Amino acid sequence: MDVASVDRIRRHPKFIELTRKRTRFGWTLTAVMLVIYYGYILLVAFAPGFLGQPLYAGAAATIGLPIGVGVILSAIALTGLYVARANGQFDRLTREIVEGGRQ
Amino acid sequence: MRRFLTALPMAALLALAAAPAWAVGALEGPSVKQATNWVAISMFFGFVLFTLGITYWAAKRTRSRAQFYTAGASITGFQNGLAIAGDYMSAASFLGISALVYSSGYDGLIYSIGFLVGWPIIMFLMAERLRNLGRFTFADVVSYRLSQTPIRVLSAAGTLTVVAFYLIAQMVGAGQLIRLLFGLDYVYAVIIVGVLMIVYVTFGGMLATTWVQIIKAVLLLGGASFIAFSVLYAFGFNVEALFEKAVEVSPKHAAIMKPGTLVKDPVSAISLGLALMFGTAGLPHILMRFFTVADAREARKSVFWATSFIGYFYLLTFIIGFGAIVLVSTNPQYLDAKGVLIGGNNMAAVHLADAVGGSLLLGFISAVAFATILAVVAGLTLAGATAVSHDLYASVFRRGRVNERLEIRVSKVATVALGILAILLGIAFEKQNIAFMVGLAFAIAASANFPPLILSMLWRGLTTRGAVVGGTLGLVTAVVLMVLSPAIWVKVLGYPTPIFPYDAPALFSMPLAFFAAWLVSVLDRSESARGAKRQFEAQYIRSQTGIGVAEAVEH
Repeated sequence: MDVASVDRIRRHPKFIELTRKRTRFGWTLTAVMLVIYYGYILLVAFAPGFLGQPLYAGAAATIGLPIGVGVILSAIALTGLYVARANGQFDRLTREIVEGGRQ
Repeated sequence: MRRFLTALPMAALLALAAAPAWAVGALEGPSVKQATNWVAISMFFGFVLFTLGITYWAAKRTRSRAQFYTAGASITGFQNGLAIAGDYMSAASFLGISALVYSSGYDGLIYSIGFLVGWPIIMFLMAERLRNLGRFTFADVVSYRLSQTPIRVLSAAGTLTVVAFYLIAQMVGAGQLIRLLFGLDYVYAVIIVGVLMIVYVTFGGMLATTWVQIIKAVLLLGGASFIAFSVLYAFGFNVEALFEKAVEVSPKHAAIMKPGTLVKDPVSAISLGLALMFGTAGLPHILMRFFTVADAREARKSVFWATSFIGYFYLLTFIIGFGAIVLVSTNPQYLDAKGVLIGGNNMAAVHLADAVGGSLLLGFISAVAFATILAVVAGLTLAGATAVSHDLYASVFRRGRVNERLEIRVSKVATVALGILAILLGIAFEKQNIAFMVGLAFAIAASANFPPLILSMLWRGLTTRGAVVGGTLGLVTAVVLMVLSPAIWVKVLGYPTPIFPYDAPALFSMPLAFFAAWLVSVLDRSESARGAKRQFEAQYIRSQTGIGVAEAVEH
């Protein structure tokens, strides 16, 4: 890519919009995942008793169970959320930038 | 035919004369076991024939370098997601995690969660950029604006080290598992795995490897689903009833439902978590899969499907582990005289298959376990061979001036060499304690491959020197700390006390790699450093939009 088109795309309002939105979205979801996972690991390390409580009086299942399964489901849900937004909004912006570059 | 049937267990008995006690125990089981071996072997033969057919089909479609390395970027996001899940769901994770749940209950879930959570991070920060910047290896991405030679050498070193440790773990697992399941001699098992993997990769390249991976993923998910649903069916789909029964029959009783001894201290827990999470993002055979799809959109879909399948798979292994507690540990048919599982805890899922589906399902699951190892080693070997041919030979040794056919030939020679090396290492490590190897592979991936890769994509300031110093320090620190850790220093080398107290080094080696990469880059005032920073803009635009990718893809 030559210097002129690098400069042009860099200042393209759609490119600025795309990178700003994607960067913010990507890092937000990363932070959410890290908080969920390390929150869980810290519970395991420092409060195993909390996770070991029965889910309800007399239950064999513990609170840790839905929490653990919840971490797995949250990983799937977060990636799904990213794909949903990226396939729509981000791909549309990308197309507009690429097509704008060809004119 | 009948003669063969009776000869088989006999041969196995002879072969096992010198085997460890747990393996011999497998042959002391009831006579139905011999018949089931036959079912397993014929199913495995079916799998091998079918996949060789696919290899033949793929070989006709594998002409160019791009086709050999990355199937010409023709794999769809859904297919690639299945193949990634196939790469990730090794026999070790299927048998190992269900065994962990069987013996420790809830702890198995903690462990499997660690393996899953790296995927969302790969999605949010890496998948699209990888696809937009790379062609065949992750070194393409790191060296996009940095100096070719040092970066390629560093990446190839990281790739080959990770591949070597991962391969040893897979080969030794394969030998022991197959001896147990099929009654086949360890050495033969290792040779069969090595030879088949060489055939898949040299003839069929990435296309064959991908389809072997997909088929195996479907078979494994199907088999594991069937077992898990059979367990749930036995309890009227009432999970609480399953857990109550498990608490009743388990020797640990209620402790089986709580976090236990797996996570000894917070430092180990966090360090292991880091290695699993960011190691995934530095595994060369996984990263290479992102170059098999057409564009960033398909790369993204790949991760979503992979995360879904892997997450679903871990839920299944959890149910399977508890199913084994209830249905296997209570059945004397599966226990030896001491009340231990025949063949060891790793056989929990296999025995459970027999308990819920009889010898047919047992045979199927055994064959799938074998197929799983084959598919994983094929993917690893292809990644290793590509590092040799594309990064070392074509880019470093020939400075990029090389014709395609020669590069493919080098790649095939490297595949054969790696295959033979894997067989030899598999035989050499037969009696060794290799429990640490996958952990070490993840720690190296997180410390040597991941920091330069992610910094090169996200941080303008990264220079060649920074990447090389950071990656090298990460690699050396991870290996040295691992050698000094209890897992190797005490359990393998036999010293009384470890010099480094933790089994997981990533908490120390990974931040060190990042810090060194940052410090050296900031202090780097060379001309090459200024050039690398100048080129960041163009790389940034391509990584965000994919502009320029089309011209780089050969057909």
